[in-house]
Amino acid sequence: MSALSACSGAIFGLNQPMASINQNRYPNLLPNFRNQGVMLRLLLIVVVMTAVAAALKSSNWTGMLNQCLSLSALAQPTAILSLLLLGVADRWLHKLEYALAVAVIVVVELGIVTVVVIATDSVFTPDSPGLARSWFFTAVATLLVLAYFNLRSRMLSPALTEARLQALQARIRPHFLFNSINAVLSLVRTEPRRAETALEDLADLFRVLMADNRDLVPLAREVELCRQYLGLEALRLGNRLQVEWQADKMPGDALVPPLLLQPLLENAVYHGIEPSMEPGLISIQIFSDRDQVRMLLRNPYREGGSHHSGNKMALANIRERLSLHFDAEASLQTHAGDGHYEVRITLPYVREEK
Amino acid sequence: MSRHPDSLRIVIVDDEAPARSRIRDLLEDCAGSFPIELAGEAASGRELLTLLEETPADVVLLDIRMPEMDGLEVAQHMLKLPEPPSVIFTTAYNDYALKAFELHAVDYLLKPIRLRRLHEALTRVRAITPLRLDVLQQITPDARTHLSVQERGKVVLIPLPEILYLRAELKYVTIRTAAREFLLEESLSKLEQEFSGQFVRIHRSCLVAKAHITGFEKDGGDGGEARWMVTLAGLDEKLPVSRRQQHIVKEMGRTVV
Repeated sequence: MSALSACSGAIFGLNQPMASINQNRYPNLLPNFRNQGVMLRLLLIVVVMTAVAAALKSSNWTGMLNQCLSLSALAQPTAILSLLLLGVADRWLHKLEYALAVAVIVVVELGIVTVVVIATDSVFTPDSPGLARSWFFTAVATLLVLAYFNLRSRMLSPALTEARLQALQARIRPHFLFNSINAVLSLVRTEPRRAETALEDLADLFRVLMADNRDLVPLAREVELCRQYLGLEALRLGNRLQVEWQADKMPGDALVPPLLLQPLLENAVYHGIEPSMEPGLISIQIFSDRDQVRMLLRNPYREGGSHHSGNKMALANIRERLSLHFDAEASLQTHAGDGHYEVRITLPYVREEK
Repeated sequence: MSRHPDSLRIVIVDDEAPARSRIRDLLEDCAGSFPIELAGEAASGRELLTLLEETPADVVLLDIRMPEMDGLEVAQHMLKLPEPPSVIFTTAYNDYALKAFELHAVDYLLKPIRLRRLHEALTRVRAITPLRLDVLQQITPDARTHLSVQERGKVVLIPLPEILYLRAELKYVTIRTAAREFLLEESLSKLEQEFSGQFVRIHRSCLVAKAHITGFEKDGGDGGEARWMVTLAGLDEKLPVSRRQQHIVKEMGRTVV
């Protein structure tokens, strides 16, 4: 495995370690406290725990509601303060050993709850659970939450390894391979230099296809791959394939799952360009919008085309990999109509750590 | 390439220019060992049929996956020529069709094509059994995109979207487009099956293109019941709906403005 990752690192020309998301063999035992999905889960867990604790402490509904309120008055500020602090310290925490990071987080949580209890004590004196019990409750809750994220990432990590296999599944259609080789063969006698370039591009494409695609890659690399791919398609389709790139302002250092765009372009060629004798335009727009990266792919589309299963498979595969890497922060939407087919992708602007 | 009275006249059909040039190169290599004449090249089925009007050929090297009309359909239309050339299909990938080809001894070449395989295929081309329409129909999974009729030794293609209605006459089916009529030697019930998505039966002997229906009118029946009539875009003629098919007025009426 390590040889493979080293190999993929070499391909993408990265000598620095990859982004924090994939540094470890397991993606992360510690959650990414800056991810919205993680934040949402944390808040939900706290609410549920509060409700359960309230239910245990009281015998009737009114009692439970009161308990809930008084516990929430402690738990919610604690949770929100924790999210703030952990979000700020996220990078630093991920550099620590796992056990040390857990210890640090528990201490931080105890600190926060102490502050909250002292601050609220004056307001809610009658029912306050007291500092000792709050400490106990907070320590248990923190450990449970961390255990949950630990388990979750272990559960997802085979899935992340699988993302590599799935990337392979989203592989180039054999139809494309054989047609391309055929096109290259036709160049060998008349234009040997173009044939050379084409073969080199083909080799690059397949190197990526066979690489360990678990790791995120810089967007610039993926775009380069797409250009090589479209170059090969242009070889055989001639002027039927028109391509328009609007990517001058793209954040080339943004990290994306490998083979994010290439399979989509392959679909665009297969469904939008090949079925017509007339020239068709594929346009690709990539730009960053605050802390997000947005992509828009557009190709001609005819109602009633019959080969949609391949397209759906590629889309499902990309959606799955996006959610594995970015949870709820990434999205992929498609829209068909008006003679065009569109794919919109939004993902968080994650950069490599320097 | 040398011209020789017995030389094999070949036409290359592929929508991709490099694929055609590759086969051209290989044919040049073959030319050394037996007489070949490149009769022409076409980038689509329509181009091929036009080419064959002027240029007789013995063999067509026919790509399967092409825009507008795939190779299997082109071969069906080509069979309407007085002397259809032999067909060797070419394909880049193990299509659904290959198994059927094996089964019915239809000749094909896998791209990238090897010189040796091309040579073999051309050597035995005079011996292979001609393609049969029923076999081709069996292999082709999709409905045709065109109908074709033979007129004065030529194959005329009629794109499906241009057809307004199909009406069974005594021995033929009349194809009606906005411009004119054609006579087709096929059965209406088979056509109904093949194009069930695009056509609807309004009468025992008539299929109408759904896309061209503009509305339904009640025709004051003299004394008897009034009949529903279909009106079609770009056609003055109105077509009667039989009583058995009246339910389509309701079904279609909703979708027609």
